[in-house]
Amino acid sequence: MKILVTAKRVPDPETSIKVNADGTGIEEAGIKWVVNPFDEIAIEQALQIKEAQGEAEVVIVSVGSSDSQEQLRTGLAMGADRAILVSADNPDPTGVSRILEKIVEKESPDLVIMGKQAIDDDSNEVGQMLAQRLGWPQATFISELELADGGGSATCVREIDGGLETLSFPLPAVITADLRLNEPRYASLPGIMKARKKPMEEIDAASLGIELGRLCTIVGVEPPPERAAGRVVENVDELIAALQSEAKVL
Amino acid sequence: MGNVLIYGEHAGGNIPKATAVAVSAAQQIAAASGGDTILALLGNDLGGLKDAAAQLGATKVVYVESADLEHETADIRTLTMKAVAEATGSDTVVFAATTAGKDIAPRLAAATEAGIASDLTGVNDDGTFIRPMYAGNVFATVKLESDFKVVSVRTTAFEPLEGAAASASEDLSLSIEKPGNAVEFVKLDATVSDRPVLTEAERVVAGGRGLKSGENFTTVLEPLVDALGAAMGASRAAVDAGYVPNDLQVGQTGKVIAPTLYIGVGISGAIQHLAGMKDSKVIVAINKDAEAPIFSVADFGLVADLFEAVPELTEKVKSLA
Repeated sequence: MKILVTAKRVPDPETSIKVNADGTGIEEAGIKWVVNPFDEIAIEQALQIKEAQGEAEVVIVSVGSSDSQEQLRTGLAMGADRAILVSADNPDPTGVSRILEKIVEKESPDLVIMGKQAIDDDSNEVGQMLAQRLGWPQATFISELELADGGGSATCVREIDGGLETLSFPLPAVITADLRLNEPRYASLPGIMKARKKPMEEIDAASLGIELGRLCTIVGVEPPPERAAGRVVENVDELIAALQSEAKVL
Repeated sequence: MGNVLIYGEHAGGNIPKATAVAVSAAQQIAAASGGDTILALLGNDLGGLKDAAAQLGATKVVYVESADLEHETADIRTLTMKAVAEATGSDTVVFAATTAGKDIAPRLAAATEAGIASDLTGVNDDGTFIRPMYAGNVFATVKLESDFKVVSVRTTAFEPLEGAAASASEDLSLSIEKPGNAVEFVKLDATVSDRPVLTEAERVVAGGRGLKSGENFTTVLEPLVDALGAAMGASRAAVDAGYVPNDLQVGQTGKVIAPTLYIGVGISGAIQHLAGMKDSKVIVAINKDAEAPIFSVADFGLVADLFEAVPELTEKVKSLA
């Protein structure tokens, strides 16, 4: 079985994000970059399948600048077998889904596992778009995954607004990971040493013969509106009085 | 200009507020483009939902009924929405940014080669949109460069239309072939609760790791939740610690809420949690750590031991009733 997973390079979720001076993006100085936390969960899931099956190949893909090599190395150190870096200049989710479609055609995986969203643009789009482009089933926001029929089909539990939904479908398919799917492992020291020798292929997105112009362009960015400063109340009685007479919500 | 089509979400024989909000956002988009708003209902046996849908303020309601549309699976619904958009002369499709909307909207965008913008918090007169990024630390103005467009709208960012006239209805009688590798629905384990739905509640009481256990959610927090007639929420830290299930999670990676009154109990206020609640009208924070970041967004902060303050608050709220 072959599993394709993704690893987007994003700012550490604990980093304080500020809009840059000219309002075109974020201030990147001093940011620590990590693997998108939801992608880490996707990688972990692929590794668990490999360990359960004994024989499977886990291929990890990142779309971005050459800096994303760092995130691919992290995935390799966790245990992925090889990596593909597709260099592209800031494509939008549509562009990323077109790139991944080409990589899937080339690699023919049985399963694609991705994070449900990247925590930078919070789009939550690429997995669904990729599934449609491939004509594959999709299961988004999953918290459980079980393979059946010798890897020919899958059953997933999805975390939806009204509760937990269970779906089953034939493979190949695209699934996107929610928080509860697993607890990603840390790369071990031997894993980090081994990762240095694992293959990393580099592909220029321009060589894939696809349209990469953005369909969603960012005109400008702004910081969120400021909230008026609040105040500290001394005790429960003062809190209740404030909610009744000032805020008028009790 | 084309019409604006709305995906009419429904569940358990009801139309949620999310759908009414999507109609409202669609009307703002249509006002700029000059088209009609058309609400699409997809299902097996829609029954009374058709009448309910006609009250939401769309120019027209269209529906497609088929046994294959019994469940909200993305593959068949994408194909159906594409056909509905063609049949109704629509060039924009609006979804609520619920888990169902987020599941289907991008798939429809790929099926139609449409530009997509998700989780919108605003619609501008010039046809651009506002959407949050980086857990709500950045708000981007975005423009879709394609002729056909797909958007999803944050349900707390728009208000349902009021006093709308009833819309005309039409059965589109479309027949969409289910793909051979279609997803099959197995079951839904619905969350059962007598409390208001978290994303629609006027009041929310959310607990964090400061509660120290799942049992304390039940014995300390829930009495306050119920005294206020509120919905219960939680921080990711509390969810990760296993105190409560993930569907209570408020934040960038959970649910985004904007109630009239939000009370955060034992929540420090990580960036990703603030992203999910800072649009609440009145924010109260109860935490023993005066330095907790949640106090920076709170209208009223109470620095206190929650195990003393919450029971006291509960009793005093009850005595108000």
